[in-house]
Amino acid sequence: MAKTRTQLPKSPTGIQGLDEITGGGLPKGRPTLICGSAGCGKTLLAMEFLVRGATQFNEPGVFMAFEETAKDLTQNVASLGFDLKDLIARKKIVLDFVYIERSEIEESGEYDLEGLFIRLGQAVDAVHAKRVVLDTIESLFSGLPNTLILRAELRRLFRWLKDKGVTAIITGERGDETLTRQGLEEYVSDCVIVLDHRVNEQVSSRRLRIVKYRGSTHGTNEYPFLIDEDGFSVLPVTSLGLQEIASTARISTGIPRYDAMLGGEGYYKGSSVLVSGTAGTGKTSVAVLFAEAACRRGERALYFAFEESPSQIMRNMRSIGIDLEPWVKKGLLRFHANRPTFAGLEMHVLTISKTVKAFKPQVVIIDPLTSFITGNNENEVKMMVMRLLDLLKMNKCTVLFTSLILNGTVPEQNQVHVASLVDTWLLLRDIEIGGERNRGAYILKSRGMAHTNQIREFLLTDHGVELRDVYVGPSGVLTGSARLVQEAQEKAVQTLREQEVESRQLELERKRTVLDAQIAALRAEFAVQEIASMKIIGQEQAQEAQLMQERVDMGLSRKADVKTNRQKGDSK
Amino acid sequence: MKMKPIKPKPASREARTAEVKPSTYVLRLYVAGMLPQSVRAIDNVKKFCEENLRGRYELEVIDLHQQPQLAQGEQIIAVPTLIKKLPLPLRRIIGDMSKTERILVGLDLRKKA
Repeated sequence: MAKTRTQLPKSPTGIQGLDEITGGGLPKGRPTLICGSAGCGKTLLAMEFLVRGATQFNEPGVFMAFEETAKDLTQNVASLGFDLKDLIARKKIVLDFVYIERSEIEESGEYDLEGLFIRLGQAVDAVHAKRVVLDTIESLFSGLPNTLILRAELRRLFRWLKDKGVTAIITGERGDETLTRQGLEEYVSDCVIVLDHRVNEQVSSRRLRIVKYRGSTHGTNEYPFLIDEDGFSVLPVTSLGLQEIASTARISTGIPRYDAMLGGEGYYKGSSVLVSGTAGTGKTSVAVLFAEAACRRGERALYFAFEESPSQIMRNMRSIGIDLEPWVKKGLLRFHANRPTFAGLEMHVLTISKTVKAFKPQVVIIDPLTSFITGNNENEVKMMVMRLLDLLKMNKCTVLFTSLILNGTVPEQNQVHVASLVDTWLLLRDIEIGGERNRGAYILKSRGMAHTNQIREFLLTDHGVELRDVYVGPSGVLTGSARLVQEAQEKAVQTLREQEVESRQLELERKRTVLDAQIAALRAEFAVQEIASMKIIGQEQAQEAQLMQERVDMGLSRKADVKTNRQKGDSK
Repeated sequence: MKMKPIKPKPASREARTAEVKPSTYVLRLYVAGMLPQSVRAIDNVKKFCEENLRGRYELEVIDLHQQPQLAQGEQIIAVPTLIKKLPLPLRRIIGDMSKTERILVGLDLRKKA
C-alpha cells in the first residue's frame, strides 16, 4: 500500500517555471530569502509573487519597501502589466514605503524595532495578508546604528513572521563572500533562492538557483529566467520529462528525391531535423523548401531567420524558382527575423516559445542555429536547443535547424553538441574535384527509418533543388562537370563498342554472302561441267554405237563374219 | 497610557525671554507599550527638556500600540523614537535617551564633535 506522503505545504508563486522547480511554490507560512546582485530582479520576483498571490490565489499581501518609494514601485511594475493602484484600492495589497535617512537619525541608547513590527502587523491585519515581502531589509543596516540590536531584532522579526503564518519573501543584496551582505541566510534558513545576472560576450543572461529548500525536494540546477512585458518566467530544462508521444506519421521534405532517400516518405512528424553544411551549400534552400511543402499541404510554417531578412530570403528563393510570397499573404508562412545578438539565449527561447504558442505552426525553421554560438557558449546553446526541442515537441512541431560548418573543421565533430539531440541529420558539403566546387548531400542519421547511405549530388536549379546520383566508378566519386565528362566518355566508349559489334556482324554477313556466291558459282560450274560431261558421254556412246554398226555393216558386206555370228547363234 | 501632550512647566525667567524666539521645539516621543525601556525614555526626555529647553518646547508622547497607524504615517521603525518636528530640519533620535550628548547633537543644540 502506497502511503501518501505528507508534503510540506507550499504557496504557489504563479510564476511560469518557478513552481515547477520548487515543486509547487515557496514554503507556506515561512520566510524565503531571495538574494542577488543589483538589478537581477529580486524586487520584481517578490512583487510578482505578491501580485499573483492577490489576483490568482486570493492571498492578499503586504509589500514593505525599504528602497523604492510606493510611487516609483507602482510605476516600475506597471510596465509589467501589474496594476498596483487598483489592487491597493481593492484592499488586496498594502504598499508601505519605509523611509530611513541615516543623516536624520541619531542614536541615544538602546532601542528595538517594535515600530516596524507594529507597522507590519497593522498592514497584515488590514488586508488579512497571507504574503509579505520585505524589500530589502538590509537597508536597515545602513540606516540604523548598532548592528547588534538589528541582528537580534531581525531574528525576532523572522520568528514573528512565522508565528503570523505569513509566507514571506525577504530580499537581500549579494555580499562578497556570503549570499547576502549582512548574512541574512543565517536567519532565513527555510528557503534560499539566488538570482544572478551575468554578461557573457556582451549578451546578458539571468539565472536562478535554489540554494536550499528545507523539507522539500527541488531542482538544483541554475535555471535561466527572463523578465519581459509579462513579468518573470523561469525556463526549467528538466521540466519536460521526455514524455511526448512519438508520431509515426511522415511529412514530405519538399524535395521528392530527398523523400526517397528517407525511405520514400520524408521526415517523421514532430521530429527534429538538422541541416548542416559549409557556407553556400544550400541549407536555407532545403529549409525553405520544407516550409513551402508544409504551406502547400495547408499547414502553417514559422521561419526564424537570424541572418537574413524575410524579403532577402524571398528574393533569393525566387532565383531557384520558389515563390514564397503567396504563402506569406495567405498567412500560412510567417517570418520572424532578428539578430542573435538582439537578446540573450533565454530571451530567444522565450520569443520562439511565445510565437509558436500564438501561431501554432506545424513546421518551425530555425536558420541558422550556429549564429547563436559566440565564443565559448556552445554548452549554453546546447541547453537552449534542448529546451527549444522540448518546447517544440510539446507543441507537436516538426523543427528544422540549419547549422553552418566552418571550413576546415571536421563537420561531424563540430556539430556533436547538438547532433545528439536531433532525429534526422542531413549533411551538405562541398566536393572539390577538377577545379570545381560542387555540392554533395548525404544523410548522416535518421532515427527510426530506413535511409540511403549514398551521396547525392545536390543541384540548385531554376526550378528548385535536385538530388542527382553521383558518378561512382573506378576513378572515385565524381560530381559536376567531372561527372558529365565521365558520363560522356562512358557514352563514347559505349558507342564505339556498339559500332564494333555492328561492323563485325556486317563482316560476317559479307563473308556469308561471299561464301554463298562462291558456292553458287561452283554449283554453276559443276552444272556446266556435268552437262559437258554428259554430252561427251553421249557422243562417246554414239560413236561406239556407230562403230559397232559400221563393223556389222562391214561384216555383212564381207560375209565373213555372218557365219561367225550365225555359228555363235547356232551353237546355242 | 495617556496621550495628552505634556504641558511644559511654567517658564522661568530665562525661558520667558526665549519664548519670544521663534525656535519653539515641537517634539514627539513614540514608544511601544509601557515597557521599562519606554518609561526610561519618557523620563529621560522630560528631564532633558526641562534642563535644556525649558519653556520653549512641546512634547507629546504617543504609544504606537494605541495608534498603530501612526507608525506608517510618521515613518517609525525603531522605538523609542523622538522626533523633532520643529524647528526644521526634521530629526529623529532613537533609543532610550540615556545619552544626553547624543540628544543635544540630534536636536541640533550642539554641533557634532
